Amino acid sequence: MKKTITLDVNGVAETAEVEVGQTLLRFLRDGLDLTGTKEGCNEGECGSCMVLLDGRPVNSCLVLAVEADGRSVTTVEGLSREGVLHPLQKAFLSQAAVQCGFCTPGMVVSAAALLRENPEPTEDDVKKALAGNLCRCTGYKQIVDAVRDAAAAMRAGAVAGGEAGKPAEREEVPA
Amino acid sequence: MLPSFRYVRPRTVSEAVKALAAEGARAHAGGTDLLGCLRDGVFDAKSVVSLSGLDDLKGISPTKDGGLKIGALTTLAEVARHPGIAKGWPALAQGAAAAASPQLRNQGTLGGNLCQRPRCWYFRGDFDCARKGGEICYAVEGENTYHAIFGGSGCFIVHPSDTASPLVALRATVKVVGPKGARSLPVEKLFVLPAVDHTRETILAPGEVLTEVLLPPPLEGAKGLYRKVRSRGAWDFALGGVALALSVKDGKVASAGVVLSGVAPTPWRVPEVEKLLVGKALDAKLAAEAAELAVKGAEPMSGNDYKVPLVKGAVEEALLALA
Ligand SMILES: Cc1cc2nc3c(=O)[nH]c(=O)nc-3n(C[C@H](O)[C@H](O)[C@H](O)COP(=O)(O)OP(=O)(O)OC[C@H]3O[C@@H](n4cnc5c(N)ncnc54)[C@H](O)[C@@H]3O)c2cc1C
Ligand code: SF4
Ligand code: FES
Ligand code: FES
Repeated sequence: MKKTITLDVNGVAETAEVEVGQTLLRFLRDGLDLTGTKEGCNEGECGSCMVLLDGRPVNSCLVLAVEADGRSVTTVEGLSREGVLHPLQKAFLSQAAVQCGFCTPGMVVSAAALLRENPEPTEDDVKKALAGNLCRCTGYKQIVDAVRDAAAAMRAGAVAGGEAGKPAEREEVPA
Repeated sequence: MLPSFRYVRPRTVSEAVKALAAEGARAHAGGTDLLGCLRDGVFDAKSVVSLSGLDDLKGISPTKDGGLKIGALTTLAEVARHPGIAKGWPALAQGAAAAASPQLRNQGTLGGNLCQRPRCWYFRGDFDCARKGGEICYAVEGENTYHAIFGGSGCFIVHPSDTASPLVALRATVKVVGPKGARSLPVEKLFVLPAVDHTRETILAPGEVLTEVLLPPPLEGAKGLYRKVRSRGAWDFALGGVALALSVKDGKVASAGVVLSGVAPTPWRVPEVEKLLVGKALDAKLAAEAAELAVKGAEPMSGNDYKVPLVKGAVEEALLALA
């Protein structure tokens, strides 16, 4: 059985016919070629499939694409703009919080949701927010540090951005 | 891709009830448990009836008597962060916050948490075990590290929910709507022991939808908590745990709800312990006595006798935290 869905993906309105048994994860990867969102366990355990659904992080391997009809989805691709990395992405690079990289998109998406709600997270806040994201390589320390670095960069950017009247997240990046 | 099914997303509870009465229909709330079951072939679905369009079943609101109504489609994250629940019914707030991961709590609902299927690895795996209609329980002779120490017979699952035990301790009720109309029952009566029927965990009949959870008004001097022990710091199911809902008056326990989790096929209420506590001042001696009584009659399997001291310790610790 197929169904037509309309949803907002990274700010773009998409209409597509999907098989009702297709997950949001497969739809994003196979239907829209947004392969930043990864398939790890397919069981809700690893967090590599994390996307924001109406602004909240969910495991897209456990969401049917049809359930996203009429809603908004942000994937890791939607965090950077016009080739300019999100402060979280930059911090992951500078902290070497990426080894094999498979968990990274999910980590970044979960962390982006955290920083929207809590611009000054403690180490514990970060660990709690990333509790559903597994990493088999880094040992997590660099990841937690990167998220807190990004938070600091975004706070600094927000101050400067307030004066310049530009979006906070992109302020410190030269155009 | 999941095995093929029909998909409907009704707008009213009565449409949902009608759609769910059809053979092979399965309810979908957040889908976090259902999708895993369908993908692993634990059961199949001719049709999936999504409840996510039933806006009336979402949200938390006060009742006239000072209690609280929580729609079955309310997410676990909403239950966990609701300030009124944290204050008046802390065991439930803590139970919801202890379930799964933050991301699963954004998608998973309270109703789905109560109706989720067990996590026994034979059940989830390729085994035609007793709960799936087969002849034997593979856990008896096999790997039973995470299985029951109370209430098993023919099947030894533990109930996976972290909200069920708090709700039983709080004497909450659920409303269920089905083809024959609506009924209300205590959460305790929602669950089925294997001795009664080892193929299902709840009394819900085909076509029945759990629509809301009702919390009675908090008692004077109410205190409560949920203590969960697991192997990882986050995300894991309970190895054992306890929900407490006490009320204390003039320094003495006036009423007590004590319900274990992770140790039995249903939330495991220990009425003897509740009786022991009432009328007494909560101190170290009483906590130790209560913990001892809580594990009386435990029947560990070959690989899970660790659960006896574990849950005993959890009960003692939890009571002391409220003393
Ligand atoms: C990796 C992982 C770890 C987890 N860890 C924990 C944990 O530590 N503690 C814990 O408590 N839970 C845990 N869970 C379970 C999780 O909390 C549940 O998956 C979730 O609460 C189910 O909610 P849902 O809305 O997604 O349910 P769904 O998946 O939509 O439904 C679950 C079941 O209930 C039925 N159902 C749902 N709603 C209703 C209703 N209103 N009326 C009638 N039937 C209904 C469905 O038909 C289905 O069989 C974990 C899950 C995963 C995937
Ligand atoms: S404990 Fe229950 S679910 Fe697990 S193998 Fe035995 S019968 Fe099946
Ligand atoms: S792929 Fe979704 S949680 Fe692992
Ligand atoms: S970098 Fe390899 S899993 Fe995290």
